[in-house]
Amino acid sequence: MHEMSIAESLVDLIEDEARKEGFGRVKRIGIKIGALGHVEPTALEFCFDAASRGTVAEGARLEMHMVPGAGWCPGCHSSVAIEQRYDLCPACGQSHVEMTTGDELRLTELEVE
Amino acid sequence: MCTICGCGTVTAEQREDHPHHHPHDHGEHGHHDHWHGEDGSITFGAGAAGVHLPGMNEERVIRFERDILSKNDAYAQANRARLLAAGQFALNLVSSPGSGKTSLLVRAITDLEARFAIAVIEGDQQTSNDADRIRATGVPAIQINTGKGCHLDAHMVGHALDQLPLQPGGLLFIENVGNLVCPAAFDLGEAHKVVVLSVTEGEDKPLKYPDMFAQADLMLLNKADLLPHVDFDVGACIGYARRVNPQINILTLSARTGEGMSAFYGWIDVRVRNATQDVTYVAG
Repeated sequence: MHEMSIAESLVDLIEDEARKEGFGRVKRIGIKIGALGHVEPTALEFCFDAASRGTVAEGARLEMHMVPGAGWCPGCHSSVAIEQRYDLCPACGQSHVEMTTGDELRLTELEVE
Repeated sequence: MCTICGCGTVTAEQREDHPHHHPHDHGEHGHHDHWHGEDGSITFGAGAAGVHLPGMNEERVIRFERDILSKNDAYAQANRARLLAAGQFALNLVSSPGSGKTSLLVRAITDLEARFAIAVIEGDQQTSNDADRIRATGVPAIQINTGKGCHLDAHMVGHALDQLPLQPGGLLFIENVGNLVCPAAFDLGEAHKVVVLSVTEGEDKPLKYPDMFAQADLMLLNKADLLPHVDFDVGACIGYARRVNPQINILTLSARTGEGMSAFYGWIDVRVRNATQDVTYVAG
């Protein structure tokens, strides 16, 4: 379950921020997760609880914002929504869509005290 | 000593005086817990977590955009620069357990060791069985035991690089933990990811595990000698892989009989030559 490594990486990043910004506790954490990425939100939440214990992030609320999948269709020359990484273009049904969003894994916001 | 984190390490085939442990809080760079064992193995993921920092009472919101895996990516870039400087061509072999990665490596080492200085990094949760098999061929191998971890990460690989004798013009094979999901997310600093799929598995694995096949530059369809005995549709499998990754190269081979292995070596030769030319061009 690579969500544990991702949770540990998230806690590491937050602890770096705590050192830089001088905060002692995190109340809320905002992250973006791509819907077509490799992260299972429930598993990440579970792992975050374990990984944050004894750190500035312990007890923080983890807000996960899902980013829907979208891509560029070289046939239609337009941006289209996709449900899976390897979808054909839903408009023309022909071209292999190049994914542009949906693979995110980013820390975007910390509410701290 | 590790040039990235400054952690002391042991050599590939020699023992250090005593096993030692690095705790989690390791200065500024978020070091993993890990132990250097007496047999030269490195074990990760077996320690307790964390430090608590004294706080301030002022509430505020900090906004930014930071990749959560940015630390791994930074270690991977450092590994990549180090491998390039050392004249190493590194492949990261990924697959599900039992696809025949280690047998494929043993065959490739036997066939290529006259032309390349070869070194191997083996990743498994437990045991040094795979590294032992590689060492039996006469090339240096470092076993990384990931403990709880289901994949290698760039920091672990950086430590293994400290222990390997890397000769210019050498090949480095990194055999990842058998897992078609998790290793896809972790760049190790390799030149290419190579995904191994065997014909005793389902031909729709590229669709079931698209992240891994989307990231790989080469797919090796292994155990081709068993094709007469199994219901595996090679054409359908290749079609699924191309749907996920239209650019992927695909070779069908058998590590057991040697059939098709020369095409894999040809693929390596071309890319080693291109990598060398790139370095010459940059240097010139």
